[in-house]
Amino acid sequence: MSLVLEHVSRRVDRTLYIDDANLTFEPGSFNVLLGRTLAGKTSLMRLMAGLDRPTAGRILMNGADVTGVPVRQRNVSMVYQQFINYPNMTVFENIASPLRLSGESNAVIDRKVRETAEMLRIDPFLSRLPLELSGGQQQRTAMARALVKEADIILFDEPLVNLDYKLREELRQEMRELFKARRTIAIYATTEPNEALALGGTTTVLHEGRIVQSGPTAEVYHRPNSVLAAELFSEPPINLLEGRITDSEVTFDETVHFPLNQDLQGIGAGQYRFGVRPSHLGLVPSNDDDLELSVLVELAEISGSETFLHVRNDHFSLVLHLSGVHEYDVDEPIRVYVPTHKLFVFAQDGRLIQAPQRQR
Amino acid sequence: MSNKVENNKAWFLVLPVFVLVAFSAIVPMMTVVNYSVQDIFDQYTRVFVGTDWFRDILRDDRLHDALLRQVIYSLCVLLIEIPLGIGVALCMPKKGIWSSACLILLALPLLIPWNVVGTIWQIFGRADIGLLGWSLNAMGLEYNYAGNPVDAWLTVLLIDVWHWTSLVALLCYSGLRAIPDVYYQAARIDRASSWAVFRYIQLPKLKSVLLIGVMLRFMDSFMIYTEPFVLTGGGPGNATTFMSQTLTTMAVGQFDIGPAAAFSLVYFLIILLVSFVFYTAMTHADKDA
Repeated sequence: MSLVLEHVSRRVDRTLYIDDANLTFEPGSFNVLLGRTLAGKTSLMRLMAGLDRPTAGRILMNGADVTGVPVRQRNVSMVYQQFINYPNMTVFENIASPLRLSGESNAVIDRKVRETAEMLRIDPFLSRLPLELSGGQQQRTAMARALVKEADIILFDEPLVNLDYKLREELRQEMRELFKARRTIAIYATTEPNEALALGGTTTVLHEGRIVQSGPTAEVYHRPNSVLAAELFSEPPINLLEGRITDSEVTFDETVHFPLNQDLQGIGAGQYRFGVRPSHLGLVPSNDDDLELSVLVELAEISGSETFLHVRNDHFSLVLHLSGVHEYDVDEPIRVYVPTHKLFVFAQDGRLIQAPQRQR
Repeated sequence: MSNKVENNKAWFLVLPVFVLVAFSAIVPMMTVVNYSVQDIFDQYTRVFVGTDWFRDILRDDRLHDALLRQVIYSLCVLLIEIPLGIGVALCMPKKGIWSSACLILLALPLLIPWNVVGTIWQIFGRADIGLLGWSLNAMGLEYNYAGNPVDAWLTVLLIDVWHWTSLVALLCYSGLRAIPDVYYQAARIDRASSWAVFRYIQLPKLKSVLLIGVMLRFMDSFMIYTEPFVLTGGGPGNATTFMSQTLTTMAVGQFDIGPAAAFSLVYFLIILLVSFVFYTAMTHADKDA
């Protein structure tokens, strides 16, 4: 089963929800839709499920046009941010419900339900009601119900948002295992770049109803096609600096200069925007030709075993993503190091000119 | 050992409520208990009779009949109003100006006082000048609530349905609005029929408001007094003489304070017991399933 969206748009009254989306999903693939709130992730999913009809464009399943086919005649399943189960059915009956509707025999239902429940590790709770389970178990039940149906497409609409950190990591791990051997197209919406990275597969970056970039997750991450894609696929957001390249050197904000290196030589002189990921900045130089900047600490945001260090000087502000706990006072002067080999170079209009070489 | 300072001053904050409840509920109730164990002749003459009145009351045929009528009446009220209320709530528009219009329309009967409702229907049902009574008779159906016990009984039932179905409908409507849209969306994706949506999503989600609805309607209809009193004064015969009217006749009409006090205690206990059983049954219903 392959799913193709051709020039799909959806407009409600005068608001454009989805603007000319072109996407192809291969059978057995795991696809992430990444975007902030209101980027159009849910709208796009509703179109794929057949809950909404596109106002323009075509949707093809295996080459056949299914644009106007309502959801009842399609074979899709969906898992939501909220834990949606039938409240007065046991976990077993909840998982069995799609099979009962398709008229499977009791023996088949029993086998499939137990298999799926075991896979999601909720088999000890089959006789309980959903509300007697923890949030994670409720969501696993909802997932089992979606999986047992063997749908052509499974849509996950931020399914892990309402779970705690630990459970989220655990379920995320399992998700990838679950989909390895399936022919189903899995589509997973998230607001978190790190979740997209952890899930792998392909990633489609959405912004305000438009597709910014789509491709294998690692490819999109390492070669964002624009400033926007780089900003959206980076947590905390990528640092951007205005700068100029001349024949011999690079200047940031007219104040910081460093000699042109091999990586940046081929680009040509001119005004550019430079991007550097927060995790690439350091408190100690990682390379001989790192650029040293004197800055003042604005805020050290410590989150668990990581620190987000916000620093600034008169011309720009930067964010550093450091591992470990680093405590600083406000306005404490420090030095940070910018690796000149890990710079993204964007044109003035936002297009990617060059991405840093990936180290193998 | 805990080193916290013991401070019982908080009890003073509870005191006003305690005093209020004492005066509004406990003291009057204890007065009734006091009456129920005495035979009172006049202001100065009273005899302690123990549980005699209770024994009499429990063997009184008049009361048995009234209780039976009352139970049948309350059951009918619940059997009609609860499904009807759910049905009305399901049919109501979900948003827009029409939902507001429906809400106001539904709330109107709830704003009318009991005795006014009784009077409205008393006139509405009259065969000579009432729209309902006249129309029914014109259609060839003999209808006369003043003479025919069945007609009177049905009219009292109809009054309650007209007056209070709105309450159930409003409760259910609020319950239905509280179901997130994703449930319906999920049901569509599951290809669930509209019956399945009702049976497995809406009804379970309505359970808590229905519990309140059933309790309120049971208690209220079990205590009904004004409507039959205004309509026919409990007649014809004893057809619409329910518990509270029997009690009133006994206490205020015949001035049998002792038996009436015993009766009101029994009456109170019945309502309490039935409500408790209802509540327990409904809250535990799905655990046994």
